[in-house]
This record gives sequence, C-alpha cells and structure tokens, in this order.
Amino acid sequence: MMSAFSRSTIRSLTRWLFLLAPVMVAWLLSGVRATEGTEPNLDPDTQKCLECHGEMRYTLVDPVTGDEVSMKIYDEIRIDAWEYTNATHGSFACTDCHSMDYEIHPHPIDVKFEFKYACIDCHGSDEQYADFNFQTIEEEFQLSVHGDHFIENFSCWSCHNPHTYKNTARLGGAITDIVAYNNSMCLDCHGDISHYDVLIERQLTNMLSKHDWLPNQSLHFRKVRCIDCHASTHKDILVAHHVLPADQAVRNCVDCHSTNSILMASLYKHQIQERRSKYGFFNPSITSEAYIIGANRNYYFNVISAVIFGLVLLGIAIHATLRYINYRRKHGKS
Amino acid sequence: MGNPKRLYLYPLWLRIWHHVNALLMIVLITTGLSMQYSDPAYPLIRFDLAVSYHNVAGVYLTASYFIFLVGVLFTSIGRYYIVKTEGLLTSFVRQLKYYLFGIFRGETSPFKVTEKQKFNPIQLITYNVTMHAIIPVTFITGWALIYPETIVLNVFGYSGIMLTSLVHSIAGFFISIFLIIHLYVITIGPSTITNLKSILYGYHEEHETHHEEHESVENNNQESQESK
Repeated sequence: MMSAFSRSTIRSLTRWLFLLAPVMVAWLLSGVRATEGTEPNLDPDTQKCLECHGEMRYTLVDPVTGDEVSMKIYDEIRIDAWEYTNATHGSFACTDCHSMDYEIHPHPIDVKFEFKYACIDCHGSDEQYADFNFQTIEEEFQLSVHGDHFIENFSCWSCHNPHTYKNTARLGGAITDIVAYNNSMCLDCHGDISHYDVLIERQLTNMLSKHDWLPNQSLHFRKVRCIDCHASTHKDILVAHHVLPADQAVRNCVDCHSTNSILMASLYKHQIQERRSKYGFFNPSITSEAYIIGANRNYYFNVISAVIFGLVLLGIAIHATLRYINYRRKHGKS
Repeated sequence: MGNPKRLYLYPLWLRIWHHVNALLMIVLITTGLSMQYSDPAYPLIRFDLAVSYHNVAGVYLTASYFIFLVGVLFTSIGRYYIVKTEGLLTSFVRQLKYYLFGIFRGETSPFKVTEKQKFNPIQLITYNVTMHAIIPVTFITGWALIYPETIVLNVFGYSGIMLTSLVHSIAGFFISIFLIIHLYVITIGPSTITNLKSILYGYHEEHETHHEEHESVENNNQESQESK
C-alpha cells in the first residue's frame, strides 16, 4: 500500500515536473536575459550628464551659498539612458552636439543660445549618407506645411527627437512597428495639446473624428503611416517629408487599393528594394504583414479563376447550342 | 399533352427569401469584383461605395442565411435537403449522364419531382454544399474582415487578414460559378421558362413526359426519406 502510494506520488510529481519544465526553462532564460547588460553602454562624459538629465529630479547647488535645492527635470530635457543608447545617434557624447560649456554646473545662461544643428549641417555633404539625399529631404521639408516659414522654430528635431530617434524605415523590421513608431511622432503633437499649442496657436483637431470617413479606422492607423496619405512622395528619398495641407491628403481609396498602390512608393518602398516577387502576388511586400484589397492580387489565382470561369461559360454555351439543335431536330421532324 | 399536374413546392416565404438572396448575391459578387480588381482609371463601382454596399449586403446575407436555416430546420422544406448516401453516387452519375448526353438525345430526366423530393441528386448535393458550407464560410470570413482585429495577425509568415481574404474570395468565386450554372439550369425543363415560373409562382408543373420507367428511382428516394 505504502509502495503503491509512493509510486503514485512519484508519478504525480514527475507529471508536474514535466508540466512545469517549460515554465522553469523560460523563467531561467528570462533571468539570463534580464541580467545581461543591466547598464547602458555610455561613455563617462555622457553618464555624467545623465546623472541629472537621466533622472526625474536633480539637485542644484548654489555655488556661492552652498544651498541645495531639488528640482524637477522636465520631459523635454530628460533623457532615458536606454532609449538614447538604442537611438540612431546614441553613440555620440553629449558635447559632440552640445556646447562644452554644459560641463559647467550650474549651466551658464549663454548655453541656452547655442547653435542647434539640423540634419543637413552634418549629413548634407557627407558622402557616406549620399543615399539618404538629405538635401532633397531638406527641400521637401521646406515645401511642407511643417517648413519653418509656416511654423516658427519648426525643425527636424520637432519630429525626430535626436535623443531617441531611430531610423526604422531602413532597419527592415515589422511594418506595423515602423508604422507605430512613425505615427507616434505625428501624434506627439497632433494628439497632444500640450505639445501642439507650443508650436502653433490653433485648436487641436480631434484626429478620430477627422478620420470618421475612413472605414476600419483603427486598422488603417495601425497599418499605414500618417505621412502615407498626408505627404507627397519623392522618388529620391525613402520617407516623404513634403507634408501636405490636410485638404490635399489622399482620400481616394483606390490610390492605395489597386495594383498601382501609392504605398509601394512610400511605406513599402524599402521592402520593394529588398525583394521582388513572391508566389505570384502583386505587391508581395505587403502580404506578410497586411492585406490591401485591390493592391494584393495573385497572378496565378487570377489566371486559374479566369480559366474556370471561361470553361464554365463555354460549357454552358456548348450545352445550350446542342440543346437547341436537338430541339430544332425534334420539332422539325414533328 | 394534357394539362400539367401542379405541385405547390415553393411557399411564399421561400420565394421571397430566394429572390432577396439572389439580389444580395448579385450585389455581393459585383461589389466584390469591383473591389478585388479596383483600378483608378476604370472603376466599376466607386471603391468606398463598393465597400459600403458589400458590407451591408453581407450583413443582410447573414440574416438571410439564418432565416433559411430556420426554414430548413423547422418547416416542411427541410426534408428536401436531407441527403441519403445510399445509392446517391449511382443516381448522381445517372443524373450527370442525363445532363451531359441524354438531354441531347431527347431522353427525359431520370429524376421525377414529387411532393416528397424536389431536388435531383446533383441539385441536392450542390444546394447543400453551397448553402451549408460555402455561404457560411463566405459570411464568417466576411464578418472577420469587417472586424479585422478578430483575425490572427500572422499565419506561417503570411498576414492572417490576407489568408482570410483569400478564403473569402475563393468562396465568393464558387458562389459566382454556382449562380451562373444555376441561372442556366433554370432553362432546363419542359420549356425554357417552366422552372422560372415555378420559382416565381410557387407551383412546379409536372408534365406527362416523365414516364413510369423512372418511378423506381423515385420510389427508392422516397423510401430513403420516409425511413428518416
């Protein structure tokens, strides 16, 4: 009896161990991942800046009296160390772009007037980035409604936060991630009154009600970028920067929902350059992550369906003709 | 040839359902084709309108299907849709031979329409497959496409929406093939409009061209129905 109990207990324990084994393996692996590189890889100078700018609060010391006060670091000047490390410009030291005077604490007032570089200042004549066509991007930006002659102090950094910006369009990740990342840039102002009204004195438009006309609104928002409808494309640049006035945005469904979908020159431009054809699908770059009726058709299905359809019609025509001949023969005789 | 015997096989509700269903099918096929083969230069129906009409017709088709299902389950028409597998293949082949060869030799249909059995074996299979397999697949995938957030995002590297849409289109294609053949088969009867009149007025006209020689088939089929 005892032995039977022990055997059943052992069997039960073994069963539980088998059930729990995958969970335990996953837990152990997650532990390995979590303990890998707990600190972002930053150079010492940058680390020093982030002692204040990477925190929610910092301590300001009066150099004369020695008094200390705890101050809040505002969102605009707070930098997340991990985000910065993973950003396109994350390998830079702060003073590569900012004044060396920022090494003085408290920062002197004149650093507030430092010259802020735009993309073109570094990349304009850089052969390494010729493929990006920064000059064309700059020209397109100036033509757009965001051009700084339309909105004062609007610059590349208004959308592309230099401390967090990632060049997702060329990284070849999931389209939905690219879309989410890009749209978050737009919604940072267009979905947030506190950011919008510091740039332009105009009432913030409700994005959802403005797009009421769009069927499957949430799906469109997840699958295409704002700029795919709201910006005019340029053949020499990967991401359109000529943002159009709202009334000139794409509103004709077939502009996207056809084999000549404009998305192939915008959202899927990079993917098209990477791969050409997959199992006879028109615009195959789309099919792994989305489906756009009209834009995604399959050549073989088209041919097969046309052949079947044609054969059915031919069969009916032959059948009807033979029936008619038989009818005439029968009635002719009678 | 004397006056034809008349059988009331298509009650009013069934005829209304049939015509509404046919109309919905035509709307769905036309708008579906217009969306699938959309072209800015040659729009069959404006895309946004095609989407709206297609969705609305799809919702009505779903309702229409369930009305039909209730009719099949709870009214006398249900007996016409019961498939008895015994002897089905033989009678199916016999009917097929008639459509492919016998009809041109002046033979009469091996199947006789009675109050107990309305469909010949080919119709029985086709109607059942269309109504109980293809149409449900079409409207289930259609509803999923109206609410795409319900669809699995990725299936073996392909968009779940794309695969759902493919199944939807293929099912829709089969329905369009069914519709064309169905429209043609209407003309096969004692006269080219006999069947059309039946579905319009509800009465099947039984002509004397059906001979005694077919009664064995009929009797077999009736026995099968009664045994249920």
